[in-house]
Amino acid sequence: MLKIDGIYKVFNPGTVNQKIALRDVSIHLEEGDFVTLIGGNGAGKSTLLNCVAGVYGVDKGTIHIAGTDVTKLPEHKRATMLGRVFQDPMMGTASDMMLEENLALALRRGQPRGLKWGITNRERETYRQMLSRLELGLENRLQTKVGLLSGGQRQAITLLMATIKKPKLLLLDEHTAALDPKTAERVLSMTDQLIKENNLTTMMITHNMRDAIKYGNRLIMMHDGRVILDIKGDEKKKLTVESLLKRFGNASGEEFAYDRTLLS
Amino acid sequence: MLEIIKGAVSLGLLWSVMTIGVYISFRILEIADLTVEGSITLGAAIAAQAITKGINPYIATGMALLGGMAAGLATGLLHTKLKIPALLSGILTMIALYSVNLRVLGKASLSLLRMETVYTAFEKIGLESSWAIIALGFISVTVVICFLYWFFGTEIGCAIRATGNNPNMVRAQGINTDTMITIGLVLSNGIVALSGAFIAQNQTFADVQMGTGSIVIGLASVIIGEVLFGKRNYFMRLTSLAMGAITYRIIIAFVLKLGMHSNDLKLFTAITVAIALSLPIIRERLNPPKITIKEGE
Repeated sequence: MLKIDGIYKVFNPGTVNQKIALRDVSIHLEEGDFVTLIGGNGAGKSTLLNCVAGVYGVDKGTIHIAGTDVTKLPEHKRATMLGRVFQDPMMGTASDMMLEENLALALRRGQPRGLKWGITNRERETYRQMLSRLELGLENRLQTKVGLLSGGQRQAITLLMATIKKPKLLLLDEHTAALDPKTAERVLSMTDQLIKENNLTTMMITHNMRDAIKYGNRLIMMHDGRVILDIKGDEKKKLTVESLLKRFGNASGEEFAYDRTLLS
Repeated sequence: MLEIIKGAVSLGLLWSVMTIGVYISFRILEIADLTVEGSITLGAAIAAQAITKGINPYIATGMALLGGMAAGLATGLLHTKLKIPALLSGILTMIALYSVNLRVLGKASLSLLRMETVYTAFEKIGLESSWAIIALGFISVTVVICFLYWFFGTEIGCAIRATGNNPNMVRAQGINTDTMITIGLVLSNGIVALSGAFIAQNQTFADVQMGTGSIVIGLASVIIGEVLFGKRNYFMRLTSLAMGAITYRIIIAFVLKLGMHSNDLKLFTAITVAIALSLPIIRERLNPPKITIKEGE
């Protein structure tokens, strides 16, 4: 479903601030794979996701999504194949627009947009049903401006928008990091449910080792722009935080020392 | 007294069209687009030159609309394709238009005295000239408002509104934000030029200087409309723009009547806009929001 082959990404090339964010990263995902992506600050996780989404172009290597070479495609063209949820709850929705308008924009992802009404009555019924399943009381707030909703509600909506049109690939960039623990837990289990129901191929960045172990069928750890661990299948099921830390030490030759990851 | 108000309303209606154009760039796209200073004059110049050449005034006005759209396209391309900041792109087109407008006019000012204009048809059915202006102004404002109400409810319209609000999200939904910004600017400047054509035919001349300061007048009208007439729903929001433009003209008519020199008008308008734009901050300083914490919260 996703084929990343030998990609490099260098920021500020040729200056004193040159930073090699990705070095020869190759990852192949099968359809239905749910990968949790973990690593310290500056490991390259977000850069990797942004390269797949087309926010940045890559300096070397190729990216294929569902058999299409997207390496040179601009962000908005790749978006037709992708569902994305960002860390910042403000990023995924248009705050001055109504809830139903946001959903309607997402429903038309990948379709040419013309002069038909931006939202129809039939859709509204569908939205109401989908929202009621979230159990956040949003089904009666279709006309509410999204900016008036809480961070957790907005992330749930963004998640719905990302999956309303089944994407070839779902990209989640620490999408629960800005939420309080209880809401984060809820949004995560909602995410898991949506992924399982729709058999979505997913890459999820998390800074929480327990979540990285608990969710998904595959775990990839990055360090200094490289993939240093790729654990799948039964091996993934048996993982514990301790064994993961130990394997990180062996693979990187360093101690895993990122407070944020350890403490959470 | 009544005459003053009637004059202010008729002028306000013509400037309403321009205000709606400014609203598209300023409020929907969140761009302060200075192109309008040039495109309002361009509209006036094209209409005046075409009418002088004997072209039907309605067709001449349509040509002005197209000219304005082209000006918007130029700014849109400078901004999106060449990545020049929006403010600077607008300034570049505005400056370029000064020369273009002189070319179109052939001289600094072109008179339309005793020529057939869009208002003539209304006068022929027996309306007195100031009522003819009000009738045409009212019809054109209504048409523009209805058109925009429809347009911003369509799929493309929604995408344009979202682009001004959160371009990241819009790109993630597979929409080309560059295209949306450009469409918005084309529409905005087309409407502004349309207004310019009406204004020139009303004052019976087109002048290369007539656009100077028009962006500030547009902004003043947008803000007065929002502050005084609210923005409950979308239709009201568009209507409030027309109300704002009319109110602005009435205010100007009164301060002139009270003895302000007309040379000081632009200073007066600029100060009004500065105050209006800083209202939220002033309000917050004067009475900070009261925080009440319920028990058990």
